[in-house]
Amino acid sequence: MSDRKKKSGKPGGTPGPEGVDAPDAGEAHEDSASASASRTDASAVDSTAPEPEGAGGNAESAAVEEAPKSQTVLREILESSTLVVIMAIVASLAIGGILIVFADEQVREAATYFFARPGDTFSAMGDALGSAYSAIFQGAVLNFNADTFAGMIRPFTQTLTMATPLIFAGLGLGIGFRAGLFNIGAQGQLLIGATLGAYVGFAWHLPWGIHLIVAILGCALGGAIWGFIPGFLKARTGAHEVIVTIMLNYIALNLVAWLLTLEAFQREGSDNPITPIVDETAQYPLLLGSGFNLHWGFVLALACAWGVWWLMERSTLGFELRAVGANPHAARTAGMNVSKGYILVMVIAGALAGLAGSAQVLGTEKVLTTATAGSLGFDAITVALLGRSRPVGTIMAAILFGGLRAAGPTLQVQAGLPVDIVFVIQALIVLFIAAPPLVRSIFRLPAPAHEKEVAA
Amino acid sequence: MKNTIRFGAIAAAGALALAACSSAPEEEPTSSATGGTETEAPAESVDYKACMVSDQGGFDDASFNQSAYEGLQRAAAELGVEVAEAESTAESDYGPNLDAQVAAGCDLIITVGFLLGDATATAAAANPDTHFAIVDFGYDEPIENIKPMFFETDEAAFLAGYAAASASGTGTIGTFGGINIPTVSIFMDGFLAGANYYNEQKGGDVTVLGWDGAEGSFSGDFEDQTQGQNITQGFLDQGADIVMPVAGPVGLGAASAIQADGNSWLVGVDSDWTQSAPDYADIVFTSVLKQISNAVFDTIEASMAEFTNDPYVGTLENGGVGVADFAEGTVSDEVVTELETIAAAIMNGEIEPSTAG
Repeated sequence: MSDRKKKSGKPGGTPGPEGVDAPDAGEAHEDSASASASRTDASAVDSTAPEPEGAGGNAESAAVEEAPKSQTVLREILESSTLVVIMAIVASLAIGGILIVFADEQVREAATYFFARPGDTFSAMGDALGSAYSAIFQGAVLNFNADTFAGMIRPFTQTLTMATPLIFAGLGLGIGFRAGLFNIGAQGQLLIGATLGAYVGFAWHLPWGIHLIVAILGCALGGAIWGFIPGFLKARTGAHEVIVTIMLNYIALNLVAWLLTLEAFQREGSDNPITPIVDETAQYPLLLGSGFNLHWGFVLALACAWGVWWLMERSTLGFELRAVGANPHAARTAGMNVSKGYILVMVIAGALAGLAGSAQVLGTEKVLTTATAGSLGFDAITVALLGRSRPVGTIMAAILFGGLRAAGPTLQVQAGLPVDIVFVIQALIVLFIAAPPLVRSIFRLPAPAHEKEVAA
Repeated sequence: MKNTIRFGAIAAAGALALAACSSAPEEEPTSSATGGTETEAPAESVDYKACMVSDQGGFDDASFNQSAYEGLQRAAAELGVEVAEAESTAESDYGPNLDAQVAAGCDLIITVGFLLGDATATAAAANPDTHFAIVDFGYDEPIENIKPMFFETDEAAFLAGYAAASASGTGTIGTFGGINIPTVSIFMDGFLAGANYYNEQKGGDVTVLGWDGAEGSFSGDFEDQTQGQNITQGFLDQGADIVMPVAGPVGLGAASAIQADGNSWLVGVDSDWTQSAPDYADIVFTSVLKQISNAVFDTIEASMAEFTNDPYVGTLENGGVGVADFAEGTVSDEVVTELETIAAAIMNGEIEPSTAG
């Protein structure tokens, strides 16, 4: 490229008519045999024309680099996966809107006499969309109808509360993904972590402060043990982690179901499979006082996110893990211990999933049941993928999903819509994220990378 | 790129056209005039709002959430109360769902299942002016504004067990549950006790497979019909000819195994299975009824006048539990008379319809 520019620079010295340049441009065209190349070349020629003599060389090349640079920045923004992610969310909400319209009873009722009075249908559609999106906003971000400031911001704190377990588990899964392990086992790891933590929480009675720490460590340990098993099997026997972790999810669920039939895990005088409430000393303290559910687990989750960032980006171990993920054979050849890497990744991921369990049993729910894990372990996979396995991305994705979950009750109660809409929107987001070209073509975003003919 | 857009545009236009078409035919059968008046004049409404929160199963669980929801819908239709419902999809939804309903001004909030016990108690303490009711759960200490609702299903299952024991040709009957929790095992307790009572009274030797009063056969969840089919097939292979699955939709698996066998019977639970599972109506021996829907309806109706926190206990006496009609030709008139006597004895406490002790 630079070679060619110099070439065109020379004749630029003579303030000649276009005719002089023409053969040169033609030559370039032949050289590259590509339309795009000739176009850039032509613009380079144009810009050189008014340039005074002598100054030619340096100033000109600087100018040439300057102009595309600003373009590149813009293009990078447009091409960036972040924009695709945001647009995927927008598209999902829009499609969700279509479903909302059809799920609404008034719309369906009005649609039966659409041709008699179409206005009814449209106003019903407008009402449905308005109430649905305002319910989502009021449920997840700000409630304008509240009388007090606390009431107004409560939804957002609820979003953060819902996001907490997803951050923990998503971080753990993200580490696995970057190390090349597709860990499906967050569900089981979470459940075992929650079991151990909850047991410490209700069966042991320790002093304030120590109790919480021990219970948190219990959660992490439980998850770590459940993560160690597939890591160890993968490292030693080559057993595929996807299959092993899925199976361990079932084992964890049934193990917990069995434990909950034991007296030791049940409340006194009751046979229901639900543990006693964990001691207050073992619960995460509330972060913003009793009016909010947000607890210190959220802060711990942020701290873990920083820790994961440091581990993966700054530490030697993180470099090794990433190397293992990129190419295990090369990593082995370079003298890295791949087996150790697999085990470590699964143990860390398990511990983080266990901490997600702590957000449930020591934070919001305070009891253990077979339903403790909900679908958190699987939602966390989506969160990690949506966040591109990076800590900040995971936090953002978790907050997004937490918000959608937090909006569920208002969506149902206020707007009278089925909560399934939330899951459809979540699923659509995943669908769009998985197909970036689809999003780009919908929003006419330039394609990424090397082919630069798009602009013009 | 351009082709994609063009294609997209055509697809979108096509979709719109299709959508317009689909709304057109609907317009013709229902006259526009009735459509208009229907929206303008809703059912007579009263100033009372009844709300409901499901547990994780959701309102379409073909089990107690669904029954409770039907009760709520009936109240909306017949009593004209305003209703709102919130389906929980995770444990962490319970509290927020309850909060949202309190904020929406519900007068009575009904929660379904023991899993919501804590969340309901918390919400009740925080909102003393709102009334609550909970299905299938009771508190050790009564709470001022919560009405517990539970069902002595063992009373009805006792009758079914007695009848099944009398009708069994092989001398073996079976029962299995979804998960070993009290609301499930209470059915099995009654069924076993009924069969044992038959043995005691008639000197019979009927064996009950799948439950011994503490341990038994469980499918592990309330979803896997194949599992229900396998367990039932196991019972049939051991000679059982009447099986009672207490596992919600898993029971449909049991029904298909029994139908394939051709020579055995099913005892339905919760609702009358000749109605709720009409495909299998010809193999239903009887059903052990648990009238959650009626209880919810009655609770809403009663609470509109005056709320009390007295527990609602569904029994044979008040019709909260019961047995459906027996399949024709399976139970002799003599046994029917005996069952009436037994029912009376259960009502006045002479017979304890559970195996405990």
